[in-house]
Amino acid sequence: MPDVAVVGFAQAPNVRSTPGTTNGVEMLVPIFAEVFERTGLSKEDIGFWCSGSSDYLAGRAFSFIAAVDAIGAFPPIHESHVEMDAAWALYEAWLKIRMGEVETALVYGFGKSSAGQLRRVLALQMDPYVVAPLWPDSVSVAGIQARLGLEAGLWSEKDLAEVAARSRADAASNPAAQFSGTAEVADLLDAPYFADPLRAHDIAPVTDGAAVLVLASAERAADLVDSPAMITGIEHRVDSPSLGVRDLTRSPSTAAAGRALDLDGVELAELHAPFTHQELILRDALGLGEQVRINPSGGVLTGNPMFSAGLARIGEAASRILDGSARKTLAHATSGPVLQQNLVATLEVLS
Amino acid sequence: MKHLAAVLGTGQTHHKAKRTDVSMPGLLREAIDRAMLDAQTGWDDIDAVVLGKAPDLFEGVMMPELFLADSLGANGKPLLRVHTAGSVGGSTALVAASLVQAGVHKRVLTVAFEKQSESNAMWGLSILPPFQMPVGAGAGGYFAPHVRSYIRRSGAPDHIGAIVAAKDRRNGALNPYAHLRQPDITVESVQASQMLWDPIRYDETCPSSDGACAMVIGDEAAGDAVPGGAAWIHATAMRTEPTTFAGRDQVNPQAGRDAAAALWRDAGITDPLSEVDTAEIYVPFSWFEPMWLENLGFTDEGQGWKLTEAGETALGGRLPINPSGGVLSSNPIGASGMLRFSEAAKQVMGRAGDYQVDGARVALGHAYGGGSQFFSMWVVGSAKPS
Repeated sequence: MPDVAVVGFAQAPNVRSTPGTTNGVEMLVPIFAEVFERTGLSKEDIGFWCSGSSDYLAGRAFSFIAAVDAIGAFPPIHESHVEMDAAWALYEAWLKIRMGEVETALVYGFGKSSAGQLRRVLALQMDPYVVAPLWPDSVSVAGIQARLGLEAGLWSEKDLAEVAARSRADAASNPAAQFSGTAEVADLLDAPYFADPLRAHDIAPVTDGAAVLVLASAERAADLVDSPAMITGIEHRVDSPSLGVRDLTRSPSTAAAGRALDLDGVELAELHAPFTHQELILRDALGLGEQVRINPSGGVLTGNPMFSAGLARIGEAASRILDGSARKTLAHATSGPVLQQNLVATLEVLS
Repeated sequence: MKHLAAVLGTGQTHHKAKRTDVSMPGLLREAIDRAMLDAQTGWDDIDAVVLGKAPDLFEGVMMPELFLADSLGANGKPLLRVHTAGSVGGSTALVAASLVQAGVHKRVLTVAFEKQSESNAMWGLSILPPFQMPVGAGAGGYFAPHVRSYIRRSGAPDHIGAIVAAKDRRNGALNPYAHLRQPDITVESVQASQMLWDPIRYDETCPSSDGACAMVIGDEAAGDAVPGGAAWIHATAMRTEPTTFAGRDQVNPQAGRDAAAALWRDAGITDPLSEVDTAEIYVPFSWFEPMWLENLGFTDEGQGWKLTEAGETALGGRLPINPSGGVLSSNPIGASGMLRFSEAAKQVMGRAGDYQVDGARVALGHAYGGGSQFFSMWVVGSAKPS
């Protein structure tokens, strides 16, 4: 089975609201050009295309169809789509290279969260017969999760504010971030609650954005870039949707995915944690110690474009290998209410 | 090098316009439980689950695989959700197959569904996004000009569509799971039915169904253990082209032709008409049978209708098409493609009951979606690929 490497990554600016349409075309065209330029590949060189997006975010059926226009009209392409974060589209593309069907793949994700009211839209992910009719908005559900951890003594409000402060400071070096800056933990704790016990700084901002990532077989990757980021492991799992049957202060699906991988020697981790307390849950589930640098990009607390944010975590973790600043990194993506579904990948220097 | 993969068992629901007797989890379990039984597989043997369906707006649930994780038996396992418009049932089966072909898993459960009665499909397809051409004519209105164009280009006589409709509905009467079962339908009665979108008549259109289809796909060792023989996956193909583009041939799309060419090449088939024993082709409007016969390369361009007119696509003919009754007899949109793939598998496993094609050893499963722009297909066989 061919090994698979990341050879290119680009993302659109993470913005509160893009003037573009909900199909992502305006955000995708420039970043397709960017990865083609960096890898020297063209549309005709791509063996398989796969995307991740959501019809509900776009407020219409078949939102991914129009996104295909960003690729260019003809000839026909070998293509697929997941109604999930594009991190799972990457998994499908990884399979295609592993099974020897193609040598290269381009994966993209896009989402215009600003087109609707995101917290309300995400309520429609819940059980439609007995839960969704109550409109439990996503921030309030996360608030319940945060409260359970506080009452169990697993974290304090100060712990959460420290995550927020570090994320904002790190985002200063990320040109795609929605915002960044220095903040004192004490000042953050003076802010009013948004959804008790969560304050605004505990919650990822509503963000529009898109990301694109190019995969190649290890053999092909060596010809394309100096330092390909080898995917040495990738696993994903889902947990029960029923909030009452799982311990919301833990993430068993993340832990199980992590156990299936070799996490020894991971230098940095890009975690898809849309709420400050979820970063703490994920660190614990993956057993990441103090020596592991968390979210050097600033993470999704400084920009969380739905359906591309998970793919962008893999892109950010791969970029540290591609630029030679790390030898082994970890990436994580999440989907569903309060960390229901999770994907973990390890990336390493091609030996 | 791909690992070998095979269908170990299949299951489907009874299809109806409104399955008000079951919830979405109940509908899915009806298909899944039959597939697990047919595959003689226990839950502990399932390594991953792949779910497909068409737009979320058809049921009014965002990413329903999340709330369905319990009923899919997916908790603690990998779960993928595929969405490629009307071709999705086929694409979903191909993603499930690739999990085995890549050597990642030994047994994968795949399921596709549509419970159209939960919401309103017409509403789901009628939201007008800005800057895009509104069609506003439903699927039949969209495809009727393609059919007229096909008739003009091929010189096909008017009754070809009625032949297909009468054949598929009579086949459907042999299938205990079919939504429409009309043993007494005739070419004349189809021609006497209401004209909806000229030249497409009421009896030449698919129903709107609630339903689901499931399969268990396994590796070589699992395939070897199937009593009576598994359905071995010989080749798969997918292709996409944009909806609108001035040079696009919507009657005979390039993406379909490219996918078929790749499929036959990978399956080692040089003459599909003589080497394929039966085909389950996505025919939601009757005229798509001759159109896809040509697009798939079973005949030359303009010749597909002659095969239909000669009765060669009926049971007992040279290439029986849609012996299960096809999309014209049951159309739970998200599941319709997987039904084509699973019915092809049932034929080569000899498990198609009253509509079994005698001696079927090689079968095609085909799905298309969008405005005839997404294609997925597979060839399955009773023997391992050489």
